[in-house]
Amino acid sequence: MSTPRIRVPAAAKAGEIIEVRTLIDHPMETGLRRDARGQPIPRNMLSRFTASLDGEQVFAARFANGTAANPALTFHVRIEKSAELVCTWTGDNGQALARTRTPIRLSS
Amino acid sequence: MTMHAQGLLSRRSFTAGALALVACPARAVDLTSDVAAAVDRILAGRKAAGSGIRLTAPETAENGAQVPVTLGVEGALTRERHVTALHLVATRNPTPGVASFELSPASGTAVVTTRIRLAEGQQLLAFAEWSDGTVWSTSVDVKVSVGGCLT
Repeated sequence: MSTPRIRVPAAAKAGEIIEVRTLIDHPMETGLRRDARGQPIPRNMLSRFTASLDGEQVFAARFANGTAANPALTFHVRIEKSAELVCTWTGDNGQALARTRTPIRLSS
Repeated sequence: MTMHAQGLLSRRSFTAGALALVACPARAVDLTSDVAAAVDRILAGRKAAGSGIRLTAPETAENGAQVPVTLGVEGALTRERHVTALHLVATRNPTPGVASFELSPASGTAVVTTRIRLAEGQQLLAFAEWSDGTVWSTSVDVKVSVGGCLT
């Protein structure tokens, strides 16, 4: 349902700080809006995003109502060794809705 | 003659007033209790200092439903001194808190870009929490052509 997209360089030098771009399809409904017939639109929000390198959390976001639909996040991580970048998007109900696994290789 | 001098004087004082406003935009805002509560939660009794924190948003956002925002502190983070969190607060949205970001020395640099909703033109506040407990803050005014449909 929600297709996450990640853009990172495939390789980085030791100690290099790389930019990570993420995007996921999600309506981010706040539960405050009403549809054309005046019925409240049920809340459906992502509340948390985490990024980890080989299991260690390197970045996380907590979203409140002000985050736009289809949340886009650009952040940075420092690469010290070849590692797997795991990004996880979690819904309001605590359920992980999407996860990506991206290897980042150390270049010489 | 007197009339002319009078006109010149008031134009001068107007300019001085406008400059004063530009010089201290953060002081011109009247925070609502919801916004003040959100800011208090971030500060937790600490005082925010304005300095190296950056908050970039369009001067006029055409579409309030998708407003690109970049916030953070330029420069590399070290284990000894790094930014532990960034917070973004909207002063005239139904819910003031927009997003918070948790960082670590492994984040490398504390610069984050995201897209937010703005119900109307307003002031945005950004906060950076450092590992030594200091907090930096800044603000930016954004005009919004079409509101972001939050209600």
